[in-house]
Amino acid sequence: MRSRPKLAPLPRLFAALVTLFAVLLLSAPGALALAPATSSPSPSTSSPEAYPNTINGVLRNNGQPVPGVTIRATGEGFSGETVTSASGAWTIGVPVQGTYQVELIESTLPQGVALAPGAQNPRTVTFANTSNAGAIFPLGEGIKVQGANFGEQLIERLVAGLSFGLLLALAAVGLSLIFGTTGLTNFAHGEMVTLGAVLMFFLAGLGLPAWLAAVLAVIGGGVSGYVQDAGLWRPLRRRGTGLVPMMIVSIGLALAARYTIQLFFGGGTQQLPGAQGPQITLGPVSIAQTTLLSLVISAVVIGLLGFLLLRTRLGKATRAVADNPALASASGIDVDRVIRIVWTVGGLLAALGGILWAYYRPGVSFNMGQQVLLLMFAGVTLGGLGTVFGALVGSVIVGILVEISTLWLEADLKFVGALLIMIIVLLFRPQGILGRKERVG
Amino acid sequence: MDFLNILSGALGEIISPTTAAYALGALGLAVHFGYTGLLNFGQAGFMAMGAYGLAISTLTFNAPFWVGVLVGLVLSVLFAFLLGIPTLRLRADYLAIVTIAAAEIIRYVVTTNRLTDITGSAGGLNGFTNGFYALNPFPEGRYNLLFVTLSYRDLWVRVAAWALVALCCVLVWLLMRSPWGRVLKGIREDENAVRSLGKNVYSYKMQSLVIGGMFGALAGILFTLPRSSVQPANYGTELTFFLWTCLLLGGAATVLGPVLGAMMFWVVLSLTQGLLFGAIEAGYITFITTTQAGQLRFIMVGVALMLLMIFRPQGVLGNKKEMAFT
Repeated sequence: MRSRPKLAPLPRLFAALVTLFAVLLLSAPGALALAPATSSPSPSTSSPEAYPNTINGVLRNNGQPVPGVTIRATGEGFSGETVTSASGAWTIGVPVQGTYQVELIESTLPQGVALAPGAQNPRTVTFANTSNAGAIFPLGEGIKVQGANFGEQLIERLVAGLSFGLLLALAAVGLSLIFGTTGLTNFAHGEMVTLGAVLMFFLAGLGLPAWLAAVLAVIGGGVSGYVQDAGLWRPLRRRGTGLVPMMIVSIGLALAARYTIQLFFGGGTQQLPGAQGPQITLGPVSIAQTTLLSLVISAVVIGLLGFLLLRTRLGKATRAVADNPALASASGIDVDRVIRIVWTVGGLLAALGGILWAYYRPGVSFNMGQQVLLLMFAGVTLGGLGTVFGALVGSVIVGILVEISTLWLEADLKFVGALLIMIIVLLFRPQGILGRKERVG
Repeated sequence: MDFLNILSGALGEIISPTTAAYALGALGLAVHFGYTGLLNFGQAGFMAMGAYGLAISTLTFNAPFWVGVLVGLVLSVLFAFLLGIPTLRLRADYLAIVTIAAAEIIRYVVTTNRLTDITGSAGGLNGFTNGFYALNPFPEGRYNLLFVTLSYRDLWVRVAAWALVALCCVLVWLLMRSPWGRVLKGIREDENAVRSLGKNVYSYKMQSLVIGGMFGALAGILFTLPRSSVQPANYGTELTFFLWTCLLLGGAATVLGPVLGAMMFWVVLSLTQGLLFGAIEAGYITFITTTQAGQLRFIMVGVALMLLMIFRPQGVLGNKKEMAFT
């Protein structure tokens, strides 16, 4: 491909780069105007805006919010307190991620409300590589506090891990398809994940209902994928740029996009509407409503994607291009069109994955995509680079592994297990679970 | 706005020990990528090996400074073997993914609260550089260089750091003009051709990974010396990407490219920070805060990396014919 260098796309490429950033910057005025209005609901004395890390929770008694209760966090040479808001929510900003003692001041509880018997107070809260940590104080009589035995915990972790794995799979399908069709290892994919969540946050801040904000954010993700391909990657392919330079370009794009998002979004963590939803109890298992919903949404979307790939002409064309672009082109498939669609669909799915990831963590932050990028790589490598269904299987395994490992490992080490497994798999079966040997040599 | 102050601050970055650390880290990447074609995206992990090797052996085991440096180097060699054994037989991008993952594993492990007694978790470690400053040959006092005035401690860090960088540059230069270096370049250009000449490509790649990784560990030690502290947050993927920017700025397949790249990187960062902050404080720029100005600089780094890769992949010093890309 090197033998036909073209100089014509150069100015166009530069213009396209500028356009790309213009698109990224479009949300700017809304961002600056709305960030304060939608931030923390609690009138806290230790302002969360002042610090990048927060400890938060919601105080409820029989499903009713409990306002006006003082909660104090001490640790790492810091002490701060806050009062729960009308919705029962509270947030304490802390300077560093570490271990804190969080205490509910029982004398400030309203008449007739008490901590559940056996509830820990004060309790220890440890940050797990995210910029926020949760602390739940169970209130009222008859609430099970420490009842979960190992089996129940295992089932809970399995369900949570499945939900996490499926959302990883959603985000990783684009990564795998892009690799399969163009050979590019896209380090900027994490920022496409962040984009979905950040767009939804801003759109919801404009007053749109959550579902509409989510749909528009996912469409926005698709547009970003299309614009990226049309403005940057296609011109680069036309120039015959090698895969390694393209990979480094994607790193540059990732850095630029990440800090552009931080420029407008700030360094803190914000919550999407409905993030602190109720817990649902199914038999012995208690699981957050958002986790369950996320599981259903990802399963449906993945099912749809599988149908499209296996049963439609476009899906067959995509798989053909992923298998052998030259041969696909020779059999009359418009390879460039397929790649553009792959980028668009990859952007859509990454944005959706980002929204679900924001509910799962919970919280939106500028580096949330970067945190899962390596897990997506792990999933894709585990399943077999470039194969779609391998990415699904690998991501689900990674998701479940991450959650199960918290039964034994510290929460702040939970990503280590998945990354180690990836390295070990490469040692024994480098092509991954569903991959074919010829891809690796 | 005090232009003179901003300018002298930026020029001071040329000889700062952090620039030396970046130069050395990027030189390691030049051995990996520029000369051998290995995609190491985990240089931050090698740097963490050096820094924590020194810090932990000094603080936990009361080892002298030289032993600490040696421990850091040994750790980085082990790390290189750990990464190389599964990946060096595979296609280039596997090494990229595995190195970046391994560097993150290191960062997670030194951040975890379970090991707070040894690694200091998120807060990191400090107070382990006394052994280094005890070696200071300069008498106490302040020293006036061309555009900066330095304390005797600062002078010693700078002299030691740049002496080390110079030594490593000479070493790389000698290595790369030796027959051994020519084999490395051959591997970069065409692995199969070299293999058909009867060379053990895997072994050469491993040697390159180890040598570049040791430069990384030394860079990590240099990085901690002026601060006398090590924090896990400094060893994230961004550090690796900044080193790549330095490397590609100067020229990947050159000896002095990484050094020049690191100097340019820090001078430009310091200059833009000074100008932006000055303009904001003087009220010339009102639409962004100083925090946002800091982020603006890193957006610039990202865009610069993209433009460099697209329009001048050989860097400032590089030769277009020797580009290290296939």
